[in-house]
Amino acid sequence: MAILILAEHDDGGLKSETLNVVTAAGKIGGEIHVLVAGSACSAAARAACQIAGVVKVLLADATHYAGQGAENTAALMHSLASAYTHILAPASSHGKDVLPRLAALLDVAQISDIVAVASPDTFVRPIYAGNALATVQSADAIKLVTVRVSAFEAAEQGRSAAVEPTSIACGPDLGLSRRIGREMSQSTRPELGAAKVVIAGGRGLASAENFHNLLEPLADKLGAAIGASRAAIDAGFVANDCQIGQTGKIVAPQLFIAIGISGAIQHVAGMRESKVIVAINKDPDAPIFQVADFGLVGDLFKLVPELTAAL
Amino acid sequence: MKVLVTVKRVIDYNVRVRIKADGSGVDLGNVKMAMNPFDEIAVEEAVRLREAGIATEVVAVSCGVLACQDTLRTALALGADRAILIQTDVDLQPLAVAKLLQAVALKEVPQLVILGKQAIDDDANQTGQMLAALLAWPQATFASTLRVADGKLQATREIDGGQETLEVALPAVVTADLRLNEPRYATLPNIMKAKKKPLEVSTPAELGVDVTPRLTTLKVVEPLKRQAVVMVADVAELVAHIAHIPQVATLRNEPRGN
Repeated sequence: MAILILAEHDDGGLKSETLNVVTAAGKIGGEIHVLVAGSACSAAARAACQIAGVVKVLLADATHYAGQGAENTAALMHSLASAYTHILAPASSHGKDVLPRLAALLDVAQISDIVAVASPDTFVRPIYAGNALATVQSADAIKLVTVRVSAFEAAEQGRSAAVEPTSIACGPDLGLSRRIGREMSQSTRPELGAAKVVIAGGRGLASAENFHNLLEPLADKLGAAIGASRAAIDAGFVANDCQIGQTGKIVAPQLFIAIGISGAIQHVAGMRESKVIVAINKDPDAPIFQVADFGLVGDLFKLVPELTAAL
Repeated sequence: MKVLVTVKRVIDYNVRVRIKADGSGVDLGNVKMAMNPFDEIAVEEAVRLREAGIATEVVAVSCGVLACQDTLRTALALGADRAILIQTDVDLQPLAVAKLLQAVALKEVPQLVILGKQAIDDDANQTGQMLAALLAWPQATFASTLRVADGKLQATREIDGGQETLEVALPAVVTADLRLNEPRYATLPNIMKAKKKPLEVSTPAELGVDVTPRLTTLKVVEPLKRQAVVMVADVAELVAHIAHIPQVATLRNEPRGN
């Protein structure tokens, strides 16, 4: 068995999601290869060489992989696929864009967003916003799997590079798509998916100003990432990419503090696997208290500054 | 320009799902069903393109059991011009749906196919990307804005940590994210009108598509229940409960006042 992992990277460096996928691959068993496809991405490939358990790093470096568009990336992977029994990617926006396209090119099913490996052909994945867990078995010769990053530990990184990246022949530029802009949120905080502590705010904060003024000092103190419920994002309190839930980010930090979030099932889907959940809400009947470990009922405008001061 | 838009019949998003006692799946008996919310957004976008004079016809497609006709009637009430049901009782998986949609696209020759980015039942998030691959068309997934002009489409996509804008040539496949638009509600007169709009029924066999499932669901279980909540009286009590968490413990061991 051999497993190919599509690396998550930004050319200049490797993203942490890749490490969690390596751990998932280790549970399947077999030789682990990592594909770094990008433009001027050799630094990311060298970083991939330092992941414990990785036997080979394939480097596809070409200008038509800048932006890592799904069309060219899937075509490249299509040409590599026959050497592998499994192809894995993180269930990130990039992995979710590319892998189903590859699956259709290979005429195989894809198993999305796995949270456990039962055997090399059987995986556990949440359905219905995490309200059910399905164990599914694939009969396809090549298993295509996206991995819920928060469900697997990160593999060790930083071993002295035992392997060097192997440059591979690049695929054609299909010329189907062109990226004309990209705006990334500028933040010095940890990324939502990788943060040990997440502070999330909801509609209860009532305004963008409150959202920032109340949550940021608490997040600063705990070195936390900031997330939000859909209601808070729809109200314009914070940027879209902060959304936690069924269709947003899935997080499972050591500590999740939900502030002024009612706890719709779609939101809970994105945070229910957190180790410790604290909820602060003025409504004692809010559904968030059904998933919380510790609940505090009261005026968040008073309680949040109090909590920040007490830590 | 013709636009194809896909709609899936799923459990209503407000319904709490029940898992069958034998662990074979989710109980769909006597449960309120509705159009997948992301597909409502897809239909709305297609209808807006026609209202803006960019699209000339909006064709809604659904694949599944006969009752998907209800979902298609909803799409017609929201403004689609006509509907196609690919009827089957087989449990359809994303690859099979993509192949059915490919067959429909080859017959209908749309310039644009808009799908919801994922269905809220299987949460697979695959069908649009698969359809794009089968047609060898470009894809713009997780779209939050669309602009169509001069045979090209510009889409802003929601990606991890921000957003990006792609330009693709038509024909293309787009999958709709939450913030692409706010879908309208069907009005009573439009619901009545929708009953008279054409709805064509076909089958996988007529389209020559094998829809045999590739994945076998061995069991479906409930996730582990969390411990019951401990309600605390004040911040001090809360802090006492979370003081053992490393990120909190570190803070509390530091000298105060910095």
